[in-house]
Amino acid sequence: MSTRTPSQSRPRPSSPLRTALITGASRGLGLGLARSLALEHGMKVALVARTRAPLEAAVAEIESAGGEALAIVADVADKRAIHAIVGQAAASLGDIDLLVNNASSLGPTPLRPLLDNECEDFGAVLETNLLGPFRLTKAVLGSMVLRGRGVVVQISSDAALEAYPEWGLYGSSKAALDHLTRIWAAELEDSAVGIFAVDPGEMNTRMHAEAIPEADPESLADPRQVARKIAAMIQAAQTGVLGKTRLVAGEWPEPAAQGQVA
Amino acid sequence: MSPATAPPGHRDEVRLLEVDPRRGSVFDHPFRDLPELLEPGDLLVVNDAATLPASLRGELERGGPRSPVELRLLGPAEGSRWRAVLFGSGDWQLDTDLRPPPPRVEIGDAIELRGGLVARIDGRPGPGDRLVELSFDREGPELWAGLYAAGRPVQYSHLREALELWSVQTVFAGRPWAVEMPSAGRPLTWSLIRRLRRRGVELARLTHAAGLSATGEPELDAALPLPERYSIPAATVAAIEASRARGGRIIAVGTTVVRALESAALEGGGRPRAGAGWAKLIITGERELELVDGLLTGMHDPSESHYRLLQAFAPARVLEAAWSAALEAGYRSHEFGDTALILPGRQPTPGWTTASRSRGAAGGETRPR
Repeated sequence: MSTRTPSQSRPRPSSPLRTALITGASRGLGLGLARSLALEHGMKVALVARTRAPLEAAVAEIESAGGEALAIVADVADKRAIHAIVGQAAASLGDIDLLVNNASSLGPTPLRPLLDNECEDFGAVLETNLLGPFRLTKAVLGSMVLRGRGVVVQISSDAALEAYPEWGLYGSSKAALDHLTRIWAAELEDSAVGIFAVDPGEMNTRMHAEAIPEADPESLADPRQVARKIAAMIQAAQTGVLGKTRLVAGEWPEPAAQGQVA
Repeated sequence: MSPATAPPGHRDEVRLLEVDPRRGSVFDHPFRDLPELLEPGDLLVVNDAATLPASLRGELERGGPRSPVELRLLGPAEGSRWRAVLFGSGDWQLDTDLRPPPPRVEIGDAIELRGGLVARIDGRPGPGDRLVELSFDREGPELWAGLYAAGRPVQYSHLREALELWSVQTVFAGRPWAVEMPSAGRPLTWSLIRRLRRRGVELARLTHAAGLSATGEPELDAALPLPERYSIPAATVAAIEASRARGGRIIAVGTTVVRALESAALEGGGRPRAGAGWAKLIITGERELELVDGLLTGMHDPSESHYRLLQAFAPARVLEAAWSAALEAGYRSHEFGDTALILPGRQPTPGWTTASRSRGAAGGETRPR
């Protein structure tokens, strides 16, 4: 039997995104996204990270600026944590409309050639960068499809495309995540749910400093600015403007002034 | 009927007993045949509640030595209170009816749960001694974090192994309202849902806080199911009305969906009302259903409270004959077991016959949506 679906226009989502689940959200791009989605787009946000103190500080910061935020201490690489993460978020915020798989691991630093990486290190990177996002997506996507509303965003990297020496574990995990996302997008073609991977570009974050300590922070993008662009992309994906392709944050136009993002 | 003792390898690897209550006919199918057993225009309504880890082990603090207890949550009650059923020592591996009774509790007693969460007894509303109202020592996100850290899925002694939380979720689970899995929806896969949609069968959802199916206390068991909260989206009400207008049938996936829809229909004077409510109806063969035409259900034993509800869909003699055929064919019961579709055949319309339908042939495909 053919698996092709009858061609039809993409169903329009019924209403705006109201709730978000963001992993790796206590700093860098994840925190920037949580802040932008909560404060500029009025979404209720659940922030996931492994370490309690910085996570709670991030939530407190968003709340003191008038946003609604919630802290979930968990490791996305732990498969037993997945339904607990999604359940805690949905219990407090309601059905999850947006998932941002942002938490990532570089593997051992300083970065090293593939021959110097242990197999176990690769396994751990895949758990965080590929299987964790797969499990979390699987845990929220069905409800999104049934409700006819939702967006899933995978934070990727140009290391998924370019063969940078010493970036083997991270780069191959992100390449696999990109392809997983393309296949998911093809399977969601007749649904109202959007899924895309985005390359945020080089940002002034702790992860970047761990990977390339010698880089000049002045030459790197501010993760808060990149977050605002990705938040605008999410809105576009939700209203059907955006296809489900791989995107580069740097190529996206600057979002309109605060609060005016379509 | 013997129970399924573990989840099937793939969620749709169960059997489906097709029962036509009007004709009294019974057919055995693989579950994957479901799309061919329904007609374009029919509407399946699912319960999208995710399942909580609602079993919490702890110790009762009362003066002398601490006693081991298990709390099985029923869900939030008024204010910040919760309702739960108290069990004694032992765990799911003991037959619920044979477990030692819980120690006697008084209002104000504290139960310290795994991970340091503390529940205080606030009330014992009855029936029986085991139904309790609780307040926890935290609320909001901290309480949810504590429950997810301390809790395990509720399960019973027919299972071989301890369940993981992922084993008790449907593919479309959303808000964690259920304390036992809404299991009739468990065999539904996305492949199957796509085939249903391609056939012109629609899917709608509601959320219903499926409760406990057994407590070990006869007085309390006799009162099951207790009132359970539900929420019906406006889009689901619209889908029901559209389906009825085109002559489609409303098929509940699970007994919880029947309770929610019929309770909402009662509130709305025959028309389901969108929004939240408490399902209080106990549905039996005595009750004329307002809204629901058919039921996709797990195989419930005649001893279970759910079985009474099945009698609202089929006369006792048809159910008895169907169940004995299922028994003979080796059907298995309970949450990971086989299923039944109890659905009156649609009145034949021009250009379409029951015979072509039953083979899933092109007859159905050519009908307008």
